[in-house]
Amino acid sequence: MATLLRGGRVVDPLNGIDRPADVLIDAGTVAQIDGAAPGGPGAAIIDLPAGAVVCPGFIDMHTHLREPGQEHKETVASGVAAAVAGGFTAVACMPNTRPVNDNAGVTRLILARASAARMARVYPIGAVTQGQAGERLAEIGELRMAGCVALSDDGKPVANALVMRRALEYAAMFDMTVIDHCEDAALTVGGVAHDGYQAAVLGLRGLPSAAEEIAVQRDVTLSELTGSPVHIAHLSTRGALRSVRAGKERGVRVTCEVTPHHLTLTDDQLAGYDTNYKMNPPLREPADVAALLEGVRDGSIDCIATDHAPHHYDEKQAEFDQAPFGVVGLETAVSVCLDRLVHAGHVTLSRLVELLSVHPARILGVPGGSLAVGAPADITVLSPDLPVTVAAESFRSLGRNTPFDGWSVRGGVIATIVGGRAVYVNEAVAGAAPIAGLR
Amino acid sequence: MPSIADPVRRTSVPATVRSPAAPGVVETPVRLHAKDLLSIGDLSAEEILLILDTAEAMKEVGTRPIKKVPALRGKTVVNLFFEASTRTRMSFEVAEKRLSADTINISATGSSVAKGETLADTVLNLEAMAPDMIVLRHASAGAGHLVARLCRARVINAGDGMHEHPTQAMLDALTIREHKGTIAGLKVSIIGDLLHSRVLRSNVLLLRALGADVCACGPATMMLPDMTRLGVRATTSVDEAVDGADVIMLLRIQLERMGGCFFPSLREYFRLFGMTPERMRRAKPDTIVMHPGPMNRGVEIASEVADGPYSVILEQVANGVAVRMAVLYLLAGGPQS
Repeated sequence: MATLLRGGRVVDPLNGIDRPADVLIDAGTVAQIDGAAPGGPGAAIIDLPAGAVVCPGFIDMHTHLREPGQEHKETVASGVAAAVAGGFTAVACMPNTRPVNDNAGVTRLILARASAARMARVYPIGAVTQGQAGERLAEIGELRMAGCVALSDDGKPVANALVMRRALEYAAMFDMTVIDHCEDAALTVGGVAHDGYQAAVLGLRGLPSAAEEIAVQRDVTLSELTGSPVHIAHLSTRGALRSVRAGKERGVRVTCEVTPHHLTLTDDQLAGYDTNYKMNPPLREPADVAALLEGVRDGSIDCIATDHAPHHYDEKQAEFDQAPFGVVGLETAVSVCLDRLVHAGHVTLSRLVELLSVHPARILGVPGGSLAVGAPADITVLSPDLPVTVAAESFRSLGRNTPFDGWSVRGGVIATIVGGRAVYVNEAVAGAAPIAGLR
Repeated sequence: MPSIADPVRRTSVPATVRSPAAPGVVETPVRLHAKDLLSIGDLSAEEILLILDTAEAMKEVGTRPIKKVPALRGKTVVNLFFEASTRTRMSFEVAEKRLSADTINISATGSSVAKGETLADTVLNLEAMAPDMIVLRHASAGAGHLVARLCRARVINAGDGMHEHPTQAMLDALTIREHKGTIAGLKVSIIGDLLHSRVLRSNVLLLRALGADVCACGPATMMLPDMTRLGVRATTSVDEAVDGADVIMLLRIQLERMGGCFFPSLREYFRLFGMTPERMRRAKPDTIVMHPGPMNRGVEIASEVADGPYSVILEQVANGVAVRMAVLYLLAGGPQS
């Protein structure tokens, strides 16, 4: 039966819409968007809470789901539950599972778990090289046929420029983008924090900005050489952004993402050696944050991605240099971005939807990013003014390793709809409960 | 050895705590503000001076026929050492015993750490036995912060990776003050492997807090970034560092640093940065030479300098016991109620 979502503000930048409109959902797809959609005879009507914003579903193009192999950190099921609670209708998951997702068997297992969970859509990212070892290409064609949408060696980036060149050339045959975690490993041996004043004072070994910037420049150059697209994961330094911007200006097919934590936190947070501020790339300096915000404003940054990296609390309750890198982000990203980007005046809501939905869909080549008639009804319903206090202990994710615990922010998720089905409803929001009727 | 100048106390702490004759005699309860001693940065200048003044009083205990006072009687202090240490560990243990504490020594190799137990579990197990203080030496920067978060026991950082070694800086300050009367206005030159040195970091914080002019000298590969933000003048010229210095402090060169391309050879390091009698000829006649140990003779310091008239290296060791007594005493809450 068709259902009309009535009374929201539709923000659908791909179709040039930002106005009050009703959305008719039928058979899992968007059936109609109109200023005063009648809904037709027999349509159920759900009145949205006041102030609700209806957007194309958010897509996190950088998530770690940990399954198979590290189910104590996260499972596909817990990860997609966290995703929808954070407003994401889809996630792309990195291949650094155990075993590595470098073959169709692992890809199919992840997709089977995702289908069983019936929450967010899951788009596996396959490994570039066998075992993420950086030497021989993975069977990229088979990964594509099994359902991988992009390629990355993520935390163990391809060091050899020739291997990277071949990967870019080969992947383009399958319309797959190579996503690179940019780090020149020779410059980061033993490093655990941004190589700057704070690390020096705290006696922490440094991860210099140059390690990222050298790798980004290499990738831009190789993309230019091959004509193949390359996507820079979790860009964090002003120098890296300069390389991306310069590449775009001369037509190189380079895109990039930033994380909410790199847009809001700096290495000043490290003073207490709290391992929830340890991630790679590390929190940089205020000048880097300022540059990244400028990149978000001027469009040189394409996406916001979480780099959701759940770890068990045992693993994080360790010496700073022994604790694993990474923080969770699925359940905080949207609120942090609404507060620190939209309400802070850096971007409009429409631009935020581009960063979280339109561009990730385009770069990954997956459905979504649009509420055009006939598109899957993957919808995120926001309340931009909802007061939210981050409470790690209530996360759906198994990981509680967030630097945002206790933050009070303005803006949150009312509901998440995947294929016309309400997979998450924030019952705490007055008037939201009827959305759960979307089945 | 040079004679020790008359100690002159120049402090701004209240008179009641300025001259504690000996533990048990002090009238005014005094204590440190923080629960733990993890970094010199946690201390105010007044607290640093309080520790130094208390240490001077503690030195007297070491001159008695019976080198023991009851200040920490009934207190349990665990010396938890995850790195090899001779000087610091013995110094803490002597200090604890002179204060009548019950001391327990745990070294990483002799404990369940060797079986793969986490630091958190090791410490929680110790905590279950209700120690009053834990003296921690660990290879990871910030290890003390982790332990302090997990424990009710007070934590004293006895060296955490490249981060800090607060009691070393305090024993250095005590030694300097005994010779120079004050810290403020002195030119202190610290020469060696700056980057990897916890002694440097603690000393810079302490010396700057007390108003010294600090010059740091070493190979460009071993500098900290942004030294000026630390209030330190950086130079690669040893002659510049030695010129006019009231105090020359040498830092140990760890021999494995050659593998990290920090310098080509020990021979070249000694030629460019080693403290030789020739270089010392540029120094002020009353300069003192310090080293936190263990020394590499013929690398950062020539034997003639280490054993020569400027050297106060063994006084530093002696003062280490007094400073640690003072820190243990003050952290435990000063005079017993």
